[in-house]
Amino acid sequence: MGRMTFVIRRLLLLIPTAVGVTIIAFFLIHLIPGDPAATILGIHATPKRIALLHQQWGLNRPLASQYWLFMDRLVHGNLGQSLYYGVPVWGLITSHLPTTLWLIVYAGVLGVVISVPLAMIAASRKDAVRDHIVRVVPLLGLGMPAFWLALILQSELAVRLQLFPVTGYGSGPLGHLHAMFLPALTVAVALCPVVIRSLRASMLNVLGADYITTARAKGVPGHRLFVRHVLRNAVIPAVTVLGINIGFLVGGTVIVEQVFALPGIGNLMINSIFQRDFPVVQGVALVFGIMVVLVNLLTDVAYASLDPRVRFDR
Amino acid sequence: MSAISLAGTAGTAERAQPRRARWYRQPALLAGAVLLAIILFMVIGAPLVTSYNPDTQNLNATLQGISGQHWLGTDQEGRDTFTRLLYGGRTDLQIAFLAVLFPFVLGTILGSLAGYFGGWVDIIIMRLVDIVVAFPFFVLIIALVFVLGPGPRSIYIAITLVGWVSYARIIRGEILVAKRQEYVLAAQSGGLSNLRIMARHLLPNVITQAIIYAMSDIVQDILAIVTLSYLGLGIQPPTPDWGTMISDGQNFLTTHWQLTTIPGIAVIITGLALSLIGDGLADLLRPGQS
Amino acid sequence: MSERGVPGQAMLEVDDLRVQIATRRGIVRAVDGVSLEVEAGEAVGLVGESGSGKSMTLRAILGVLPPEATITSGRVVLDGADLVELPRAQLNKIRGPKIAMIFQEPMSALNPVMRVGPQIAEGPQVHLGMNRARAAERAVELMRRVGIPDPERRFRSYPHEFSGGMRQRVMIAIALSCDPELILCDEPTTALDVTIQDQILRLLARLCRESNTSLVFVTHDLPVVAQVCRQLAVMYAGQIVERGTVQDVLTRPCHPYTLGLVRSAPDVDHVRASLVPIPGAPPSLVHPPAGCRFHPRCKFAEEDCTVTDPRLRMIDAHRSTACLHFERCLDELRTEGADR
Repeated sequence: MGRMTFVIRRLLLLIPTAVGVTIIAFFLIHLIPGDPAATILGIHATPKRIALLHQQWGLNRPLASQYWLFMDRLVHGNLGQSLYYGVPVWGLITSHLPTTLWLIVYAGVLGVVISVPLAMIAASRKDAVRDHIVRVVPLLGLGMPAFWLALILQSELAVRLQLFPVTGYGSGPLGHLHAMFLPALTVAVALCPVVIRSLRASMLNVLGADYITTARAKGVPGHRLFVRHVLRNAVIPAVTVLGINIGFLVGGTVIVEQVFALPGIGNLMINSIFQRDFPVVQGVALVFGIMVVLVNLLTDVAYASLDPRVRFDR
Repeated sequence: MSAISLAGTAGTAERAQPRRARWYRQPALLAGAVLLAIILFMVIGAPLVTSYNPDTQNLNATLQGISGQHWLGTDQEGRDTFTRLLYGGRTDLQIAFLAVLFPFVLGTILGSLAGYFGGWVDIIIMRLVDIVVAFPFFVLIIALVFVLGPGPRSIYIAITLVGWVSYARIIRGEILVAKRQEYVLAAQSGGLSNLRIMARHLLPNVITQAIIYAMSDIVQDILAIVTLSYLGLGIQPPTPDWGTMISDGQNFLTTHWQLTTIPGIAVIITGLALSLIGDGLADLLRPGQS
Repeated sequence: MSERGVPGQAMLEVDDLRVQIATRRGIVRAVDGVSLEVEAGEAVGLVGESGSGKSMTLRAILGVLPPEATITSGRVVLDGADLVELPRAQLNKIRGPKIAMIFQEPMSALNPVMRVGPQIAEGPQVHLGMNRARAAERAVELMRRVGIPDPERRFRSYPHEFSGGMRQRVMIAIALSCDPELILCDEPTTALDVTIQDQILRLLARLCRESNTSLVFVTHDLPVVAQVCRQLAVMYAGQIVERGTVQDVLTRPCHPYTLGLVRSAPDVDHVRASLVPIPGAPPSLVHPPAGCRFHPRCKFAEEDCTVTDPRLRMIDAHRSTACLHFERCLDELRTEGADR
């Protein structure tokens, strides 16, 4: 079978999940107590506007038919119209998406850069002082509110020491890297506890394995041993854990974008919440859902690529 | 196989420790429990610790620093920070501890059904899990709270609707393994009803993992509550809460850093206590698997 | 055939080696004063039951002990240098070119995510300074030598794609890759099928003969050691209790433990009246019995056996035993022979 067939098969299996995601996004509107249209319009509600929304969303029709309408529009790339901006939701999302993607990747890279050395230090001498020190980090990090850390970093490093811009996206690739460093660092720190823990555990597992003894018995020197034998095996379970927690990575960006005023889809979503712009909220939630589904697929592919015992003929 | 395979290994035998033995010997568990006890005492016994009222404004004494009268100073409306910290803890912890129960119960039930019966029940429930899990936790919570309206009630509903999945997965996994054990077969051949088997035989054995997870879940819930309140979607003023405190104080970060910093530290410390307990329990109940 | 060592002088000399393991129940004296000599081209067997310390001895020689275990005293002298004192960097240079090791479980002893060829080629790359291509050639050569069919293609296979016997051949290839003087074998055939066992043993014996490589072969299986080795040392509770040639030790055991082993082993050639297991259980190595460690299970035990911890002493030109009353074993054999 081959990599392409594997990906396609997985994609097919994901379709029911993706459909489910759309169903939930669709249903959000129906959880609103009372008349959704009236609630959403709030103080702007006039009978004419309410009627307009009812017609736009087909709220008079049976549920299934509404969903069909929703899906029909979706497939044609129509996520509705923003109530606040009056422009298509899809356009809003595509213009804001790159920032968020940048942030996610940046945070992921920083997260790895921080976690791997720490996990290595801890695993190299189990139960020693350095191990305990490193293990405290996740304990503190798990309970740390991301937005709080964001505020503090912002206040100290951006406002006070002026090392970074306080808010915004910057311009040009270097500008982006500079401006997004603090937000990415915040998200990375939020991710680190989970990654450090699982990496440390899998490294300890690997270090105790027989094939490491074989490699030592072969006289393989330290650094080569670590990279080719230990790390190469230890990342496999860690990739799975990372995949499972990707939801948190992505979710963390939402609040961080808010604090640093980055023009990403998370910020878009929160602002839309305050502006009671439901179609945008629904659209962003949907996009998030699909994104996570795709990332899970990527994780599966990565896992299969890394572990030859799994391979693509499954 | 050679015939010279005499009795096992000499010297290094390690017997598996009996389950509840020596819980007080686990440093993590002990430290966490003590820390949590201190926190709970201060938070529940707030009226004993501080004489101020969290809502009393004193516009003559706004934004004061640390002093003998106000241990952590006052905020922009002259309210005593220390008092608000304790009462805010009450609000947040109360909701978090209560909020963890509903997903626990719902998830355990669904997970048990999925694991025990398998087949279509399993497929449907796990599909549902996949779908809910596809949304980032916060995104879904925020969207749900927005839709349902701000306030504690929405928080409970949102957390329940989103949080049950982890418990379902854990319990299902444990049951899949446990139902092959001999005592289950014995119960089934003894003619016991499925419900009875699940409730009285399987559940007590598999619930431990869920309880351990619940510790980290409470931490997550605290973070969710605090984040929602920071955004203005959670606990509404004037009810004191750590999230609103952080939000209120953020404009004064450079001058009066304690207003925003201290509540965050409170969250971290509470999270630390709960994580220690969770880790300690995990070590205790499954030795050698930290 | 290369010149190995100085004829007549031991290539490897283990002198009073002691290894301790820190466990929750106390300090385990896993290896308690083991001395061994291996000449060039010689195959020495080390037998004993599980927990007797034989694997630990091998690991201590190479310095690949688990983290809880430490060498507390003793020397391991290879070509004049004491390996115990050697710093890690130096030790790494010895592992491979001078001493190699073969492990029991080939599935877990091979890196699962690395192809088999590069694993064999790694040694030459690191120690013999070969580049990738040259090392790969050598790996293919070695694979052919150990009897792996279609080596050029199998070079790129992963360990899980091989059968147990083939994987062990890969391990042997790895061990031979840098032309070592000594190969330490830790129960290499225990995990294999009986038929495959035989093939692997013959292969090992032949290869070592061809290149005059020494072997230290650890096993709990008497027939196996008889097939491969000339010299034999018997271990019990962390100590060597008897030494001599394989032939001599197995036909005329001079220690009650060896006697027990021989009697409890099924012998295909001579049908025994009955298999006699050794009564009792192996002793705790945290608090070993006073005096001779075997005395609680020994039918010949006397007063003095509970007092002094007997050490190996020579009873003949190439024979030593640690039993104070070894003649009783020989008497026992004579009566048994008379009964047949």
